[in-house]
Amino acid sequence: MRENRYFVCLLVPKQGFEFGIAEILLEIECPITLQRAMSANLTPPITKPNFLVSWLKNPPQKLFRPLIALLFILTLWQVLCGSPESSLPSPIKTFQDTSDLIFNPFFDNGGTDKGLFWQILASLQRVAVGYTLAAIVGIGLGILIGSNAFMFEALDPLFQILRTVPPLAWLPIALAGFQEANPSAIFVIFITAIWPIIINTTVGVQQIPQDYKNVAKVLRLKGFKYFREIMFPAAVPYIFTGLRIGIGLSWLAIVAAEMLVGGVGIGFFIWDSYNSSQLSEIILALIYVGVVGLILDRLVGWVASLVVPSEPQV
Amino acid sequence: MNALSTTDSSSPSEISRPTSSPTSSPTLPQTPSPMTSHFLEIDGISKIYPTAKGSYTVLEDVNLTIDEGEFICLIGHSGCGKSTLLNMVAGLNKPTEGQILLKNQRITEPGPDRMVIFQNYSLLPWKTAYENVYLAVEQVYKHRSAQEKKDITLEHLELVGLTEAINKKPSQLSGGMKQRVAIARALATRPEVLIMDEPFGALDPITREEMQEELVNIWETHPSTVLMITHDLDEALFLADRLVMMTNGPSANIGEILEIPFPRPRNRAQVVESPKYRELRNHALDFLFRRFAHDDALE
Ligand SMILES: Nc1ncnc2c1ncn2[C@@H]1O[C@H](COP(=O)(O)OP(=O)(O)OP(=O)(O)O)[C@@H](O)[C@H]1O
Ligand SMILES: [Mg+2]
Repeated sequence: MRENRYFVCLLVPKQGFEFGIAEILLEIECPITLQRAMSANLTPPITKPNFLVSWLKNPPQKLFRPLIALLFILTLWQVLCGSPESSLPSPIKTFQDTSDLIFNPFFDNGGTDKGLFWQILASLQRVAVGYTLAAIVGIGLGILIGSNAFMFEALDPLFQILRTVPPLAWLPIALAGFQEANPSAIFVIFITAIWPIIINTTVGVQQIPQDYKNVAKVLRLKGFKYFREIMFPAAVPYIFTGLRIGIGLSWLAIVAAEMLVGGVGIGFFIWDSYNSSQLSEIILALIYVGVVGLILDRLVGWVASLVVPSEPQV
Repeated sequence: MNALSTTDSSSPSEISRPTSSPTSSPTLPQTPSPMTSHFLEIDGISKIYPTAKGSYTVLEDVNLTIDEGEFICLIGHSGCGKSTLLNMVAGLNKPTEGQILLKNQRITEPGPDRMVIFQNYSLLPWKTAYENVYLAVEQVYKHRSAQEKKDITLEHLELVGLTEAINKKPSQLSGGMKQRVAIARALATRPEVLIMDEPFGALDPITREEMQEELVNIWETHPSTVLMITHDLDEALFLADRLVMMTNGPSANIGEILEIPFPRPRNRAQVVESPKYRELRNHALDFLFRRFAHDDALE
């Protein structure tokens, strides 16, 4: 606990910020995905304080260069938008306007007037449900279609058309069908994420080399054993490619869907801020959306690195 | 088999024509069918592939009988249908006409009694050497205890000299080691017929010779019937009891069968130096490059 605070303190020597992050990490119950995402990317290496110190003394170039770039962009932005009559806020003004939101992400005044933590959490929950469903259905359908030429010929053209439909185009149909906002938003996530998962799983199953199939035939590997020993390991890199594209698309779609659907969620927060001309809040929200999207992508990539056999295919 | 005399070295008598079986054993009166006397019987096999430009006959009326424990090598120009033929023995492919009998049982599907070693090893890259072999052992010895299955796996990896590398994945193994794993996997199931499709084609010449010698040693201590495709005449003459030479496709057939009479265990140097070796080699070369010449170079 103390070391945690120490770490954050070192990074950003500012009391308030330290407090905010530390709370997210340690004191709040968040869904598993968020917890993992946070711990994978933000939790300090508690067991390696020496590493931390040396890391701070000699920041690796990998970190150094993006920081310079960031500083440059912020400066440019400040110069371009620094004048009082500028239509967009400058970075300093953005920070001043939104410091309340930044340092107090957990307030809850009822309705949609909640801290950014709750907004993002609501969006993540929708994504979690829609994406999980898409993963289950998508992998299942992909395996079915990939291993059955008849199904592939019947369904693939249909999927190729459906996958090009922009996510939001599904929303009116979803609203008409579900008659409710939340299931509709989840459906949009589902329908957005499922195509890359189906298509990549299908390709993964279809590309299983004839050699492996022959081995399976000679050894009479059938049914679940064939699935476990041959099909899944051979297709799993493709499945994870699909899952990774899927999570990115889900996060893209949720923001847009929530703008239209309303309720608590980062998308509606952005829309609400726009309606009340709080441009600084929008900018802050965009940064959060970007960071969370990155974390989600890395999370799936990390799971993939655990599951996908590390050896290259021979 | 109806092997003819091998005494007269210059006459074509050492060459036995592939026979259609009914005529081959007129002296067996009591058996219900004359075919029953053979271990493996390839009986009037044809294979026709339907293609866009009409049907393509790869093999036409191939007949061959093989005795238990024989080592057969199959040679012929690229594309003549060697793999097609052996895949039918393996059961991976079905003949358009004719049938293949193993101990009088018609072959209809693949099975571990006819293990195949493919040219490109066909190891599963996500499994270690040990796991690759164990998968086969597990499938064949379903009722043995886990310890017994483990022992069988290790025994066969040891047999091919791979005790050190059993926990490596195929990508960490050299070509020769991969082929050793594939051989261990095939032998561990104690197949009745071992089918090898150019098993050493991808190996460098030195490793190839080593592997040939190991294969022969293993085969002599663990006898089984071997069918092996090769592009290497010297390999065939060193390993085989009989060398089956195929004519060119389409509608390929067995052109000639050479008896290779060198006594076993064979010593490579002695074999290569014997006049008989020259003679067999020249005869085979004559078959492949003069009588059934082909644009593609052999080897
Ligand atoms: N599925 C198929 N459809 C049509 N033609 C095929 C098919 N499979 C094989 N052939 C043809 O059958 C012929 C024999 O193929 P096969 O693989 O048995 O040759 P091979 O003797 O093993 O050649 P190589 O020495 O190059 O391995 C080839 O001409 C090939 O084009
Ligand atoms: Mg071949």
